[in-house]
Amino acid sequence: MTGLGTLIRRELALSWGRGGGPMLALAFYLAMATLLPLAAGPEPARLAAVAPGSAWLALAVSSLLSLERLFERDYEDGALDLLALGPAPLEAAAFAKCLAQWITTGAPLALLAPVVATALGAPLRLAPLTVAAALAGGLGFSFCGGVGAALSLGSRRGGVLIAVIVLPLFAPPVIFGAGAIEALASGLDWKTGLMLLIAYSLAFVALGPFAMAAACRNALS
Amino acid sequence: MISTLTVIDLTLARGDRVLFEGFNLNLVAGEAIALTGRNGAGKTSLLRAIAGLIRPVTGRVTFIGTDGALEAEDARGRDLHFIGHQDGLKSNRTAREELLFQVRWTGGTAASAEAACERLDLQRLLDLEVRKLSAGQRRRLALARLVASPRRLWLLDEPLAPLDAGHRAGIGQVMTEHLVTGGLILAAVHDALPIAARGVGIGA
Amino acid sequence: MIGFLTNPQRFMAFSAWAAPLLGALAAVLLGVGLWYDFAAPPDYQQGYTVHLMFIHVPAAWLSLFAYACLGVASFLGLVFRLALADAAARAAAPLGAGFTLLALATGSLWGRPMWGTWWEWDARMTSVLVLFLFYLGYMALQAAIDDEAKSARACSILALVGLINLPIVHYSVVWWNTLHQGSSVFRADGPAMPPVYLIPLLTLALAYTAAFGALWLVRIRAEVWRRRANVLALRAAG
Repeated sequence: MTGLGTLIRRELALSWGRGGGPMLALAFYLAMATLLPLAAGPEPARLAAVAPGSAWLALAVSSLLSLERLFERDYEDGALDLLALGPAPLEAAAFAKCLAQWITTGAPLALLAPVVATALGAPLRLAPLTVAAALAGGLGFSFCGGVGAALSLGSRRGGVLIAVIVLPLFAPPVIFGAGAIEALASGLDWKTGLMLLIAYSLAFVALGPFAMAAACRNALS
Repeated sequence: MISTLTVIDLTLARGDRVLFEGFNLNLVAGEAIALTGRNGAGKTSLLRAIAGLIRPVTGRVTFIGTDGALEAEDARGRDLHFIGHQDGLKSNRTAREELLFQVRWTGGTAASAEAACERLDLQRLLDLEVRKLSAGQRRRLALARLVASPRRLWLLDEPLAPLDAGHRAGIGQVMTEHLVTGGLILAAVHDALPIAARGVGIGA
Repeated sequence: MIGFLTNPQRFMAFSAWAAPLLGALAAVLLGVGLWYDFAAPPDYQQGYTVHLMFIHVPAAWLSLFAYACLGVASFLGLVFRLALADAAARAAAPLGAGFTLLALATGSLWGRPMWGTWWEWDARMTSVLVLFLFYLGYMALQAAIDDEAKSARACSILALVGLINLPIVHYSVVWWNTLHQGSSVFRADGPAMPPVYLIPLLTLALAYTAAFGALWLVRIRAEVWRRRANVLALRAAG
């Protein structure tokens, strides 16, 4: 469908440029990773114990950062009206937006995740799984966060509200992702965690757009 | 292809406030309606309800094609242009990028966008970022998709307000051609349209 | 139920006597339950802290029950566009959050003598904590959107997303728990609970449920009145 292709291209261009694009999220991620040793103390043993988990948590929070403007700009400037009257349903438009968000922000964050984890003292052999988990989790974070972004349209405080709505929903992917990495670190079965993480993300990819479209229609009405 | 728009017994409300009740309207191919009414009477809301963005309290909106009633979602997604106060143009992108997106999304092509720019005298603006355009230039850029993407029903909210006399005449020309080829225009206005239009008052 | 939700007049007539009745029932059950509670002998393992269980476990049940009510009301409001269902959802959230907070607080107080810590990251407690966060998110969204109709629909969507997610959260937390400590610390619903504990527990659970029902009805009534007042004020303003 040419309409949807056009939309995805536009969303990629927009989210690449939206508020500094991926640079903002990457910088935030690095800053959080820098503060962690400052807060927890620099002893390698203590840091290494929490490294995979905290790298993962920082990733979840960083992926929230650029979500605030996902629908809001289109809502404020009237482009959401246009999206609602296009050849593709609003569900497809929401899907395209979150997909573009994942490609432009989730993927760069996923590439940075093993660097951060290793710098905090996680063994290097965890890096491939960290990337895989961050990619899969990032997909879930984007679509789950998109629901929060769409729901908070028309509210008085976007950013913090999205975090309050969405972070409880991040509990399962945070558990599954960190669990898989930790399991590999201690030589246990890591596949279950990764599979559960992928399943959660895909479920949100499938169902999230319906919630987002319903929320957008509600905000427009 | 929409050939008739029918609004039957429409009641709209914003929050708990009823805007108007039992509104009826019939618009046929080749006809333009100038919708008038005081501020807050519900002109914009009526347009948005026809576009399916607002859910009416009662009543319904039907689109009738040459072969009978059309499925509303489908008719709105393929054969309806809605241009409101906000033009949906992103200020940090160039006029060309935004125009091409709007035109392609509504079913036009790069070639038809090119032709529309020529028609509306927009070529010189295309490489500028949208935020550098004046209000009138932005409006013309938004109106360009009317020309570039063929859709029958135009819902326009104060389309000419920011335009000068010369450009108003130009848009009037575009509207006249649209009507001649079987188009339908419903425009909320304060000033008269530059074309022959049936006046309909709202919330009188 | 749906008949009442579609017709505010009938709901108001019904709730006018149902709410006080449920309230009275709750008070009686609470008295009876507490009497049984204090009559129960101390547990051979838990000692006197077993009394806390009678307060804690029903609160935990009610926290879930209230969310289920919230979910059902949200669904009805979303699909059938019933104003009364929106009011019911809106009214249920703070009550549910209150019961959840009670469950968390009593659980923490119970954990102190039992486990030696104020907070134990066991699967149940963690799930209830996430549930509390769901309630907070719901109420934050409700407060942040000024337009009431829009706020109600957005909140309903969020409540349904949360409803789908709750079992997943619970499952993931249980999975996480097995990953980290192997076995659950304590199971409240062991099959061999003697009647001397079961009777106060069930009585208090019924008392909580009746109290929730009474408070919910009262809050829905208040919500209906508030909306009527708004409409009247709007009409008076012309």
